[in-house]
Amino acid sequence: MHFVAARDLATALDARAEHPDAELLAGGTDLMVEVNLSHHRPTGVIGVRACDELMEWRDGRIGAAVTWARLEDGSARALAQLARTIGSPQIRAAGTMGGNVATASPAGDGLPWIAAMDGSVEVASRERGTRLIPWNEFFVGVKQTSLAGDEVITAVVTPDDAPHVQEFAKVGVRNAMVIATVSCVVAKGADGFRIALGAVAPTPIRATRAEEMLNAEASISDLVLEEVARLVSAEVRPITDHRSTESYRRHASGVLARRLVERCRAA
Amino acid sequence: MIVDFHLNGEERTATVVGWESLLTVLRDNLALAGSKNACEQGECGSCSVILDGDNVCSCLIMIGDCEGSTITTVEGVGAGDLLDPVQQAILDEGGVQCGFCTPGFVVTAAHLFANDPQPDEATIREAFSGNICRCTGYGALLRAFAGLAEDES
Repeated sequence: MHFVAARDLATALDARAEHPDAELLAGGTDLMVEVNLSHHRPTGVIGVRACDELMEWRDGRIGAAVTWARLEDGSARALAQLARTIGSPQIRAAGTMGGNVATASPAGDGLPWIAAMDGSVEVASRERGTRLIPWNEFFVGVKQTSLAGDEVITAVVTPDDAPHVQEFAKVGVRNAMVIATVSCVVAKGADGFRIALGAVAPTPIRATRAEEMLNAEASISDLVLEEVARLVSAEVRPITDHRSTESYRRHASGVLARRLVERCRAA
Repeated sequence: MIVDFHLNGEERTATVVGWESLLTVLRDNLALAGSKNACEQGECGSCSVILDGDNVCSCLIMIGDCEGSTITTVEGVGAGDLLDPVQQAILDEGGVQCGFCTPGFVVTAAHLFANDPQPDEATIREAFSGNICRCTGYGALLRAFAGLAEDES
């Protein structure tokens, strides 16, 4: 087996170009579960968790190898909130934002935040350099992204005008060590409210009809809040699986969206 | 491939394929069976080790990624017969039932108290949210760690 422990991005991009079958490894919290439980045997692995460039984190740019443990202490409120709900301290010490994005699970906790911020995924390859992919073009299906075979996810980038007023909530069967049944981020910026949801469609989604209705209202009455919940419940596209049912996910989506709109309004 | 790392204060070398978990290598290659193999998906915490300063599940660490790393397992907590204070606290409080989760709790406790000698109860509870005791013997463990935090003050 071929293992490259990349300490800088150039090494990772060279390895990616030269070993197209190799898999990228960050915190290992997804890949190693496959190795352990699905008897998946990688033929090549490129470790990127210690790449200097990928560990950088500044306003508006989160390096792909920044861990949830670090993000828990950040100033972006909803991001810090969601980071703290991921797995356990052990998982948060290893798991990364870039890994969450790469796995692209419908239930990925970081993904609705990226959608609410109108963020992009920054990727790089040796041959074509760096490109920014808007979130709704990056996530294309259940665990499917538009990352090319020779590319490495380098960062999650959010616009300068990303809203500071932002709230996250998640429903699961317990507090720790739980994968979301529904997750939701609501943000309030200069352009109005934004409502994003996870685990209720193949990809993270924005509840655009609810946003349009809400942002057209001069004041937010209880009646408007009820309509937000109703529209969000209608707009999501959940499935029934081993974690929950379609009807419960629809209901919980509306409840969470309404609750977070109220919290953002009070902020 | 050959991987070199610092394990419990010693330089160690392992000959591996590369995709194996650190847990597998500790137990099968290096005969350190203190870290327990239970869920293999990072849920139970019984394989907790300290890797370059972070408390992580060794079942989720690929061994190929450990070159040059510093690792402390439960065998490296305390010094032989001289128990670490967290081990003594668990012993004094009777915080062991079947014992399978104990190594993970010891490592997590050693990591917690090394970084925060006087954690409050909420901090203790959160620190152990990734360690599962199937005997549900949490009460004695919480008393042990709360008592240790008090002793430190």
